[in-house]
Amino acid sequence: MTFPGSLDDQDAARAVRYAGAEPVALWHADRDLRGVDAVILPGGFSYGDYLRCGAIARFSPVMGSLVPAARAGLPVLGICNGFQILCEAHLLPGALTRNAALRFIHRDVRLDVVNAGTAWTSGYAAGQSLTVPLKSGEGAYAASPETLDELERTGRVVVRYAPAAPNGSARDIAGICSAEGNIVGLMPHPEHAIDPLTGPSADGLGFFTSIVSAFAGAGAAR
Amino acid sequence: MDGLSEARKGIAPRGALEARNTDTVEFAAATPEAEQPFKELGLTEDEYAKIRQILGRRPTAAELALYSVMWSEHCSYKSSKVHLRNLAPRGAQTDKLLAGIGANAGVVDIGQGYAVTFKIESHNHPSFVEPHQGAATGVGGIVRDILAMGARPVAVMDALRFGPADAHDTARVLPGVVSGISFYGNCLGLPNIGGELSFDPCYAGNPLVNALCVGVMRHADLKAAVASGLGNKVVLFGSRTGPDGVGGASVLASSTFAGDAEDGSVGSGGAAAKRPSVQVGDPFMEKLLIECCLELFAGDLVEGIQDLGAAGVACATTELAAGGGAQVGMRVDLDLVPLRDPSLTPAEILMSESQERMMAIVTPGKAGEFAAVCAKWDVEATVIGEVTGDGVLTMTWRGGTVVSIPPETAADGPVYSRPLARPAAQDELAADGPAMPRPGDGAPLRQALLALLGSADLADKAWVTQQYDAIVRGNTVLAMPEDGGLLRVDEDTHLGIALATDGNGRYCRLDPYLGTQLALAEAYRNVAMTGARPMAVTNCLNFGSPEDPGVMWQLAEAVRGLADGCATLGIPVTGGNVSLYNQTGQMAIHPTPVIGVLGVHDDVRRRVSAGFGANEATIIVLGETRDELGGSAWAHVAHGHLGGIPPAVDLAAEQRLAGLIAVAAAAGLLASAHDLSDGGLAIALAESCLRGGNGCSIDLDDVSPQAFTALFSESAGRAVVTVRPEQAAEFAALAHSHGVPAAAIGTVTGDSLQVNGQFDIPLDELAAVWQGTLPALFG
Repeated sequence: MTFPGSLDDQDAARAVRYAGAEPVALWHADRDLRGVDAVILPGGFSYGDYLRCGAIARFSPVMGSLVPAARAGLPVLGICNGFQILCEAHLLPGALTRNAALRFIHRDVRLDVVNAGTAWTSGYAAGQSLTVPLKSGEGAYAASPETLDELERTGRVVVRYAPAAPNGSARDIAGICSAEGNIVGLMPHPEHAIDPLTGPSADGLGFFTSIVSAFAGAGAAR
Repeated sequence: MDGLSEARKGIAPRGALEARNTDTVEFAAATPEAEQPFKELGLTEDEYAKIRQILGRRPTAAELALYSVMWSEHCSYKSSKVHLRNLAPRGAQTDKLLAGIGANAGVVDIGQGYAVTFKIESHNHPSFVEPHQGAATGVGGIVRDILAMGARPVAVMDALRFGPADAHDTARVLPGVVSGISFYGNCLGLPNIGGELSFDPCYAGNPLVNALCVGVMRHADLKAAVASGLGNKVVLFGSRTGPDGVGGASVLASSTFAGDAEDGSVGSGGAAAKRPSVQVGDPFMEKLLIECCLELFAGDLVEGIQDLGAAGVACATTELAAGGGAQVGMRVDLDLVPLRDPSLTPAEILMSESQERMMAIVTPGKAGEFAAVCAKWDVEATVIGEVTGDGVLTMTWRGGTVVSIPPETAADGPVYSRPLARPAAQDELAADGPAMPRPGDGAPLRQALLALLGSADLADKAWVTQQYDAIVRGNTVLAMPEDGGLLRVDEDTHLGIALATDGNGRYCRLDPYLGTQLALAEAYRNVAMTGARPMAVTNCLNFGSPEDPGVMWQLAEAVRGLADGCATLGIPVTGGNVSLYNQTGQMAIHPTPVIGVLGVHDDVRRRVSAGFGANEATIIVLGETRDELGGSAWAHVAHGHLGGIPPAVDLAAEQRLAGLIAVAAAAGLLASAHDLSDGGLAIALAESCLRGGNGCSIDLDDVSPQAFTALFSESAGRAVVTVRPEQAAEFAALAHSHGVPAAAIGTVTGDSLQVNGQFDIPLDELAAVWQGTLPALFG
């Protein structure tokens, strides 16, 4: 999905290709989801981050189609700005706020996979450690204590920073999912960890192979 | 022209009444005696007289504004042009050049049908006045230069120089500059893959903010800044024109800061008296503009294109018209320029440096498609005029003609041969070599290494680079803190490009000719360390006031050094930028040419990192180590001393070294490669240990009989590489056949930097010293 100001859309498309699937370009002004099996909302600064990160993208024409489709079970992965958009669209709870140090942070971080049962993490093992880049200025996850408790109780924390969040994220949360597990949002960039030539590892590829093998399995069963 | 808005039609009052109040061509001809504020606009009496002579009358207020910005030092290069001519590539230097000096940016053929364009430009003065926006718009400006060539911008780099790291004002300027680059570059989606950061008291009142951008295109995509085709439309697109940056080039970047520059005040004048001279950037609009332009190019909807930077509409119209040749003119209706502030005068519209604007020449038949692409990207596009065949640039406003000039007279500008003289103190400086006591063996050497490693110039730059996105677009193979940045260009063939920038104001202060060649040699060497072959050069020449004959001598020597150096190396200068008046009162900065070198990498999978990654690998020093400490980091950090002569330059040896690394990298013989520069072998070893997470054990005897010289000398043409033991003999033979001296000095091992017979420093201690400095200074 490309919004005006999306930046990592080509990178997400590359990751889909690496995982063996066909990337289909979706455009913010076009309500047609073109029959895709899953949607990735990429990183970037949609609409220049004006008002709040993701706050304007949430009202894009395409979101009028995406929100009901996601609620009906369409797998959606939001990375960085995509995570922010999912929160603004109330597909995921909570919000992303300024980093604790009030500076943009780009560095490789270690993530622990907490929930390996979502559509996007089924290829991992719970407890598996991943090294992927984080690059964001407003990446500190925030939610009410009740929401955080519920996320933890219901296993909706998907990945956690280890040993600690570099950006002030509540309870070191790096990514969460919807109650059904089809919608996942995270701040770090798995699509930038698909090849050791251009990233710190290939650990992030699992997000994309997970969804591809889910569909491959479904196809075989049909 | 359907779809393209005709802004303000029906809103702008027109007619005889307004025209009578406007300084039209007719009114100017009728009032030759009217006083004009040419001095406030930065023009000399001679220049003003020349304008009157060209026009055969006094200029209108709009024409005066136009000439003042076009003839400013920043836009016209009037003081440097006579010297820059020496940089024109000759003979074999031009083999790979598709466009050279004079274009918005030079274009180099890198093979497989790809062309690369790159350029470095200064934004020094705005970054001192308003660090965040000054630096941000510096990135924006250079990116549009690359875009205007027809290329997709793919990466940026920044060379930054500030006053002392612990100075009060540095705490204002540095974080602002870094946040500005971070804000703009990150939001634009361009990876920041390297650059420089250094400190010296000479930059306290005049920081240097030089931004480089590189773009990639197919050969056929090359665009020119030329207006052609009678009746073709002149389209202004992107942001609206506002009152920001009025006179930025003429008033701000082309004069010296007042003595008490602490308050950040700068002169302004004339029509621009109440306008801010620093621009404000909107990277979101620039991102839209990039994607919009690339789609316009892909659809072949553009005949000619020019970015709007310094001198805004004045520069874009005159350069496009002048570029078209003698018969080509242009008629522009300034009432049609979309404005953010309707009170702007014609002079202000012409001088405004509002960001994120481009100007295109479009055939009437393609205007509809052009408009549709702009609408898709939410970019406002407006026809403001058309190409004519009368060789005259004509502009109207509210019914009157306010500009009527031969465009080439504004575009070409004056050329000055300013007086130059080698300063008398230069000999004294050369004679004052670093004769200070040197640290003795053992503990004092250990202490000297740690002091250098923790100095602001040599400390870990992560505090800065962590604020930059270095990986967006997914093609970054190497980035800071590696010697050079390395980008993949083609995912199937693995073709890539490497880039590095280097400059050393201390060396250039001691000898601008040699200092410039040392900067060239270092950037060349840094590119080579990635495994790439150096191919082309860009430069940003930062100097003091050209009205000082000593500064002009420095400039002339630097340009001569660069021209001679590039001729020897056989690589062309493809373009660059000159920034003069970098001084506060009588205090000029060190002459600081910053040299950028571009290289081509045949297979980025064979890239070489600087880190000691392979345990038990043999550590080899390449090149010759002499006792060369003039202008060194040791003299600067340990003694605050600057004197003597800089290290000798042997460009043939640099070529041999680069050739060896390229061949060895391609053959898979190198486990690591790191160039030796500031701080010598001592700092290179510490950096390679920290980067790779491995220690080393070494002997210095084969480097130099004196341990101090072996560790801290800054002899050029050297590198430290590691080779797996089973490949050591093959590499030694290769080095021999390339004529590069190679000394095996130790092994990658353990978790400390161990110099036998001298000292042992645990990696933890090295890391703490190296990483602690910038966070302690800047939070």
